[in-house]
Amino acid sequence: MVNKIWLAFILIGFAFAAAKGNISAVTEAAFDGATTGVTVCFGLISIMVFWLGMMRLAEDSGLVKGISRLLGPVVSFLFPDVPKNHPAMGFILSNMSANLLGLGNAATPMGIRAMQELQTLNPDKDKATPAMCTLLALNTASITLIPTTLIAIRISFGSANPAEIVGTTLMATFVATLAAIMADRWYRRRYVKSHRPPVNPPANPAAATLTVER
Amino acid sequence: MIHVFSNWAVPVMIAFIPLFAFIRKVPVYESFVDGAKSGFNTAIEIIPHLVGMMVAISVFRASGAMDFFTGWIAPLMTKLGAPPEVLPLGFLRPLTGTGSLAFTTDLIKTYGADSMIGRIASTIQGSTDTTFYVLTVYFGAVGVKNGMYALKVGLFSDVIGFVAAIAICLIVFG
Repeated sequence: MVNKIWLAFILIGFAFAAAKGNISAVTEAAFDGATTGVTVCFGLISIMVFWLGMMRLAEDSGLVKGISRLLGPVVSFLFPDVPKNHPAMGFILSNMSANLLGLGNAATPMGIRAMQELQTLNPDKDKATPAMCTLLALNTASITLIPTTLIAIRISFGSANPAEIVGTTLMATFVATLAAIMADRWYRRRYVKSHRPPVNPPANPAAATLTVER
Repeated sequence: MIHVFSNWAVPVMIAFIPLFAFIRKVPVYESFVDGAKSGFNTAIEIIPHLVGMMVAISVFRASGAMDFFTGWIAPLMTKLGAPPEVLPLGFLRPLTGTGSLAFTTDLIKTYGADSMIGRIASTIQGSTDTTFYVLTVYFGAVGVKNGMYALKVGLFSDVIGFVAAIAICLIVFG
């Protein structure tokens, strides 16, 4: 996917410049783009070094675990078909709290561990379960408290108030996550309905998804 | 209200996290330095990705191709009060993380970090993750081939997030 997008950008750009008789713009833009790429990354060093230091403090002090505890009730609501004391729950919680703090590097391994645990509950190993889909919904929307990379880039380009987008980003990410959760719930209900006999709906949702996965 | 939150969020975390760690008897400075070491490599490792994407997007823009493609929908977006320049970001964001980061950087560079376009681009880029990447990595790790409705949910939330980011910025900074 990335390969095609990358190639398409370059080739379409080349074709347009050639057709407009402005081919030297390609050379100029290519080197200019490369310079910007490096400059931006150097600008990122300062923020990355600082923020990852802060995040180590958050981990060592147990702050990440504390957030996990706060998220507990939310997670058991979102994953009704995962038993409360199942190891998957712990990994889902760590994954969510790492995402919240913007620790993408820590969130991904935790999320994969959660997927592996969810796979043990899965009767059909080729097919995703509703719980897996919910975990992915949360991760693709990914609520983040502080968008550090963007703040760093805004600093590099001389923003008068680089952090002014923190509030708008949090609001947008909140809306996106809410949309993901609602869509996930809707599909989950439809999925559960289509996978069980129409009469006698089971009393609790956990039982519902268990009958689903025959 | 939102401006107050934006201004206070980072400083409060800078003060709160070390204080909390100190109360929990963490050797704050040493622990900070130890974690900070990994930041340098993290930033350096992005260089090849960002250079590659910045080159492709710069060429695409400088050639006039960008204006050609956004030109079609520009009148509609302008009518709704949204800058059409951010539209490609909506398509790029779910597909490639570095690609959309490069595009955001390009917009900020071209129009300025404090322009409405710069603010909207920053908000879009920061508010969601790369749907296709997350799906590939997570499902790939456990060998699930049929992702069910996960892609639909991810893309739906991307569209909502994109529209929300534009609307929120227009209201807050308008």
